[in-house]
Amino acid sequence: MAFTNEQMERYSRHIILSEVGVKGQKKLLNSKVLIIGAGGLGAPVGMYLAAAGVGTIGIADADTVDLSNLQRQVIHTTADVGKPKVESAKETMLAINPDITVNTYHEFVLASNIADIVKDYDFVIDGTDNFPAKFLINDACVLAKKPFSHAGIIRFQGQLMTYVPGEGPCYRCVFKSPPPPDAVPTCSQAGVIGAMGGVIGSLQAMEAIKYIIGKGELLTGQLLTYDALKMEFRKIKLPHGDHCAVCGKEPTITELFDYEQAVCGVNYDE
Amino acid sequence: MTITVAGNEKEYDAGLTVTTLIAAEEVETPEYVTVSINDEFVASGDFETTTLKDGDNVEFLYFMGGGR
Repeated sequence: MAFTNEQMERYSRHIILSEVGVKGQKKLLNSKVLIIGAGGLGAPVGMYLAAAGVGTIGIADADTVDLSNLQRQVIHTTADVGKPKVESAKETMLAINPDITVNTYHEFVLASNIADIVKDYDFVIDGTDNFPAKFLINDACVLAKKPFSHAGIIRFQGQLMTYVPGEGPCYRCVFKSPPPPDAVPTCSQAGVIGAMGGVIGSLQAMEAIKYIIGKGELLTGQLLTYDALKMEFRKIKLPHGDHCAVCGKEPTITELFDYEQAVCGVNYDE
Repeated sequence: MTITVAGNEKEYDAGLTVTTLIAAEEVETPEYVTVSINDEFVASGDFETTTLKDGDNVEFLYFMGGGR
């Protein structure tokens, strides 16, 4: 596949990088990334991956755009309120870059459908807002041997880690099972500074891009934490959980299941 | 003794357990924190019986659920 003149111009700042070049840009155009959650994290991830020319982007979210989303979910605009988030996100991504394909999944990601969605993608982004979904994404990616970026944000804090099959611990190695509903505050209860999604989501997009082009070091075996008030980034080394229930030597989780969904406040949406 | 807690050097008396440290550091949601000492996880059931020694490097890993 030869680049068109328009593609050469559009991706010129990538192509000029020795780590990317024509070869890396082709890898991006041939890659497929699934974003689960079209919110605070999914918004910047989707926009940067679309702009970068990730050829196929899947976006999964069951919700519609709410006015309270717009403080941070920059992929949606005021005119999108009431519209399915996946549609609004698709429109923005295609407006940024009509060179790509966007697949939408206007549904909750559950044990019953996640394996079927994940199987078509090279890399998965966890942009969800609840622990049942985060554990499900982890288990599905471990069982399907798919790399993924986990992230969480709250208040002025964020964190992320990258799972690559066979190259380090999974989310469940660190956190064995979800906390009970309401035991740990969520964004709708505790708030989140809007730009936090931008910082952490952009880092998730960076991990996906590095994985696709095969350059640099990923956050495998490391949790990167960010404290915006202290303006401090820290990398915490994560040991592999040999006894991990899903990726350990003797796994007890061999098929997917749903934890009870913790509903956040009146509206499930954050 | 001197230990490193979340990247900061701290002075504590010898014999300090993980449970006591969690209280002293005012860890948020202490029931759900993951603890590593010198890059090895400590099982939550062992917090009360695990004592820290001079030079240990302790990290607290927190659930962070938001994202959308």
